[in-house]
Amino acid sequence: MPIDTKRKFMGYRRENGRVGVRNHVVILPVDDISNACCEAVANNIKGTLALPHAYGRLQFGADLDLHFRTMIGTGANPNVAACIVVGIEPGWTQKIADGIAETGKPVAAFSIEQNGDLKTIMDVSRKAQQFVQWATEVQKVECDVSELWISTKCGESDTTTGLGSCPTVGNMYDKLIPEGIYGVFGETSEITGAEHICQKRAVDEEVGERWYKMWKSYQDDVIFAHATNDLSESQPTKGNIEGGLTTIEEKALGNLEKIGRECKFIDILEPAEAPQKGKGLYFMDTSSAAAECVTLMGAAGYVIHTFPTGQGNVIGNPIVPVVKISANPRTLRTMSEHIDVDVTGILRRDMTIDQAGDALIEMIMRTANGRHTAAEALGHREFVMTKLYRSA
Amino acid sequence: MTEHPQLLVHDHKDNVGVVVVENLKAGTDMLCVVTEDNSSFRMTCDDDVPIGHKVALKDIASGDVAVKYGEDIGRFKAEVKKGRHVHVHNLKTNRW
Repeated sequence: MPIDTKRKFMGYRRENGRVGVRNHVVILPVDDISNACCEAVANNIKGTLALPHAYGRLQFGADLDLHFRTMIGTGANPNVAACIVVGIEPGWTQKIADGIAETGKPVAAFSIEQNGDLKTIMDVSRKAQQFVQWATEVQKVECDVSELWISTKCGESDTTTGLGSCPTVGNMYDKLIPEGIYGVFGETSEITGAEHICQKRAVDEEVGERWYKMWKSYQDDVIFAHATNDLSESQPTKGNIEGGLTTIEEKALGNLEKIGRECKFIDILEPAEAPQKGKGLYFMDTSSAAAECVTLMGAAGYVIHTFPTGQGNVIGNPIVPVVKISANPRTLRTMSEHIDVDVTGILRRDMTIDQAGDALIEMIMRTANGRHTAAEALGHREFVMTKLYRSA
Repeated sequence: MTEHPQLLVHDHKDNVGVVVVENLKAGTDMLCVVTEDNSSFRMTCDDDVPIGHKVALKDIASGDVAVKYGEDIGRFKAEVKKGRHVHVHNLKTNRW
C-alpha cells in the first residue's frame, strides 16, 4: 500500500505529542454523587462537557483499579484539551487528577465535602471558564493519518455486517495499520465460535496463547458462571435475531471481519489499558455492550471509533467521535440520520470492499478534520463505566 | 451489473445464503452471488424471507452442520429443503 500524502488533517497536538481530533474541556466526576455538581458547572460554562456516570464509591481491588484507569484514561485522551476532576472527597479526586496531569495538559481537582455543592460549583465554574477560554485559543496543526488511534466495535449486528460493514472496517485497517496507526478490537464473548480463527491472527504463538486463555477465562468466569439459560436472547441479541443472525458462531465470524485479511494483533490489553508495544493492532478484553466497550477504548487513548451496524445501533460517546457504517438498505431507508458511511452498494454488488474501505478512510479524515458524526450531531454521549463486581 | 442479487453467499462450502433485499416473496427466482469470487447461480426461494435472513442452498437433514463463511455455525435441528428459510426455528448454536 503506497503512502497517500493527501492523508493529512488539521488536529490538536497535545503536550505529550499525541494527536486529538476534538478539543473538549471535561468536567469529570470521580463518583456518582458528584454528577450533579459537574452537570451544574457544564450548564454554567459554555463549551464544557460533564461526564456523569453511575459508579466510584466503595469499589476495591481490580474493579477499583479499572475505575481509576478509566477515569484517568478518559481525562488523558488527546480529544480532551483540559480536565477538571470533581469528587466527594479529596483523596481519590487528587489521585485521578495527578494521573491525568502526567500528560502535561491543564488539570484541576475539587472536592465537595466541607464546601457543599454550591461553593464547589462556583469554584469549579471559575476554573472551567479559564480552561474554556484557553482551550478555544489552541490552534489546530497539520497532522498525518499515521498519528491516529482508531478503535472498532460493531453493534446491533446482522448478517449484513458480516457481508458489508465489518469487512469495510477490515479493509480500512489493512490499509492504515501499515501506515502506522494504532488499532484495537475487542468484544471477548463475541469471538465465541471464531476463537480458533482469532487466535491465529495473533502476531506469534505466545500472544495467541495468552489470547486464548483470556477468552476461555471470560467463558468460564463470566458467561458460564452467571448463565441461567442458554443465552439465546443475549448472544445473539433479540436485535441480531431480527436481523437474521441465528447463532453466536455466525455472529462471531461476521464480527471478526473487522480485522481484515492482513493485520495481526500484537498484544492483549486489559479493559481501558493504554497500548504499550507501539503502533499496530491490539485486542482489548471487553464486554460486547457498545457503550461500555467504546468508553474503555476511549480511556485507552483511541480518538476515533469506527462502528459497523446492521439493524442500527444509535450509540455515541462524549469524547470520541463514533463513525457509523451500515450495509443494510432497510436501516438506511428507515434511520439514515444515524449512518455516516453508506455501504449498501456492497450488497447490490455495485461497490467493492476496497471502495468501501476507501469511503470509510475518507470519512475518518473528514471526522478528524472536525466534521461531526451522526452520533455527535444527534447528541449521543453514552459514557458507561465497566464494573467487574459488586462494591464493598 | 444491472441486475442486483437477492441472495449473497460468502463461500463455496456454505450451505446457507443471506437474503439482501426487502420483501422477498416465495417463488422468487433469485440471482445468487458468491462473494468469495463473484460467481453466480440462480435458485428459487420457497418462503417469504425477511432481509438479512438465511435460505438453505440444498436439501439438509436434521443434525447436519450449518456452514457459512466456510465455517461451522451450528447444527440443524430439523430437516430443511433447498430454498426454505433457515433461522432459530431450525438451527441451533453448538455453544450454549
